[in-house]
Amino acid sequence: MINILPLLVAIPLGAAFLLPLLEKFPAGPRLSRTLAVITSAALMALSLLFLTADNITYWMGGWTPDSGALGICLVLDHLSAFMLALVALVTLVATLFSLSYMKRYTAEPLYYCLFFLMVTGMNGVILAGDIFNLYVFLEVAAIASYSLVAFGCGSEELEASFKYLVLGTVGSVFILLGIAIVYNQTGQLNLAAIANTLPQQNAALSMAAAFFLVGFSLKAAMVPFHAWLPDAHPSAPAPISAMLSGILIKVLGIYALVRVFFDTLEMSQQFAYILITLGAVSMVIGVFLAVGQWDFKRLLAYHSISQMGYVVLAFGVAGEMLLTQKFNIASLALLGGLFHLFNHAVFKSLLFLCSGAAEYATGTRLLKKLGGLKHRMPVTSSCLRIAALSISGVPPFNGFWSKLIIIIATIQAGHLWLGAMTVLVSFMTLLSFIKVQRYIVDGDPSVSVSSAKEVPFSMCLAMVILAIICIGAGILLPLYQKIFSDGAQSVITEQFTQLVRLAGG
Amino acid sequence: MKGMTIIVKEVTTLVIGFILLYSINLILTGHLTPGGGFVGGVMLACGFILMVLSYGKEKVNSLISDRSTTVWDCSGAFAFLVIALLGYFAGDFFANFFAQPGNFRLFSGGTIPLANIAIGIKVGACMAGAFIALTLFRGPAESFPGGKL
Repeated sequence: MINILPLLVAIPLGAAFLLPLLEKFPAGPRLSRTLAVITSAALMALSLLFLTADNITYWMGGWTPDSGALGICLVLDHLSAFMLALVALVTLVATLFSLSYMKRYTAEPLYYCLFFLMVTGMNGVILAGDIFNLYVFLEVAAIASYSLVAFGCGSEELEASFKYLVLGTVGSVFILLGIAIVYNQTGQLNLAAIANTLPQQNAALSMAAAFFLVGFSLKAAMVPFHAWLPDAHPSAPAPISAMLSGILIKVLGIYALVRVFFDTLEMSQQFAYILITLGAVSMVIGVFLAVGQWDFKRLLAYHSISQMGYVVLAFGVAGEMLLTQKFNIASLALLGGLFHLFNHAVFKSLLFLCSGAAEYATGTRLLKKLGGLKHRMPVTSSCLRIAALSISGVPPFNGFWSKLIIIIATIQAGHLWLGAMTVLVSFMTLLSFIKVQRYIVDGDPSVSVSSAKEVPFSMCLAMVILAIICIGAGILLPLYQKIFSDGAQSVITEQFTQLVRLAGG
Repeated sequence: MKGMTIIVKEVTTLVIGFILLYSINLILTGHLTPGGGFVGGVMLACGFILMVLSYGKEKVNSLISDRSTTVWDCSGAFAFLVIALLGYFAGDFFANFFAQPGNFRLFSGGTIPLANIAIGIKVGACMAGAFIALTLFRGPAESFPGGKL
């Protein structure tokens, strides 16, 4: 079990390097599609296997601390196992969707190559046990995503990609500076070793923490740093938009933030408040910017900012409660945050896939030109309706439950006004998605819709899988709540650093 | 006449061999001296870029195409992964499975010189490919890899 842990990084990496070799063969596109499905199915199987596994520390090349050298390690705790499964799920669905969707582009093997490089980077960030490898894998994922945003090679795509490249690099430089300061203060790069040798809070460490906060917020597109997201996410091909909004901003932004602030550096009152403020501001401003949009994918991109605000708010509340030793509320807030992270990955991927399907069939993504999709594309429009109800928090669907948990946690933590603000944002989201349903799903078929046909089977399959999860995830929460509560517990008990310490003896 | 003047071409012919030899030296002795796969690969690509600048891209592209740089690039990276995976079958991922006794000799690093060679090929081909891409691709969006049909 422990020995197959590096395969989660090695399998997508190997696939990524094999795929460009297929480019010039006549059977290349077909072979690359087969290889892509096999790879993502293998990743899904592996990560489901690890979902129920115990915690693991794996030392590369046999350089364990017992052998006198502090090598590179991979660490799997309950939080990483959950994130791995989420990445694998969205990867599998996006691959299925790409099978038909990407036939309209040239160079399919290169697309799958970049796709799996991005997955490699994300799996690497999730498993990395030291901060420098975390940075390297973060760059692998980010650089692959810059090229994927520009994949259509139109002027709009290239402009969006350039903006994303510049702001993403600024974020990465901040993270690297933070790493440099932490290394200077502790002499360690291993996350657990840093946590062990951390000196008393001083000015340099506060500086490093501020750098990390800016860098990871840029990656997660929190509000003052969100300028790249509404351009970059809509410009990418639809399955890539689903990956970017669904998992990339969560893994590079939120997960790395949790690793650094909750597990490694000491959480302080100021940073808890900063996280709460960032979350609340993103939540409100994101949704207000989204309401006025008429480009479907751009509207969804603004909602990503808003929904990630919920998650960051929950983590901020959890950090504050951890400092005041109220572990019950902290664990409830973390549970809500993680559950909302999962739900957002599911319904936002579904929404982006639906927008891709609508664009595939009608050639437009402007709300005013779409209309009456339910008459021509019943599967797509039903999936779109389910996703829209989920994101706006209508009761039986999954979005309702996670928002409810977050609201209860914020109110228990004593932030009544934050709870009220969360409810208001949820209402605004509902308003915005009523507009989406009114203009896209309902009404009479518009000119561009009237000749549209339902999309091919693999695209429908991808959307239906996510729609079923949207319906089931909320109601069946008691069945698998352990995954989320284990994840929350592992953050609270700093299991991650404990693990490496134990292995280090 | 394509490329630069006769002086530049003659000088390039004189130094190019040394540049390539030095890059190979950097790659092969990466485990003993400063240098290694990445640095040697960059040097390899610099030699290539010098050739393109002095002789013009048409002449050099008849020697090396953008397609072949992609193939070398991916093969180098894949070879690195294979070395890591071979170590995996010998115990651990990246394990040095035939470490030789003794220090400071050319064949003393086990798998590390092999990994250096793989990285050297990868980096050299990758940077050469990036340079070719900058000089070659011009025109409408559909001529780019990945453009919409």
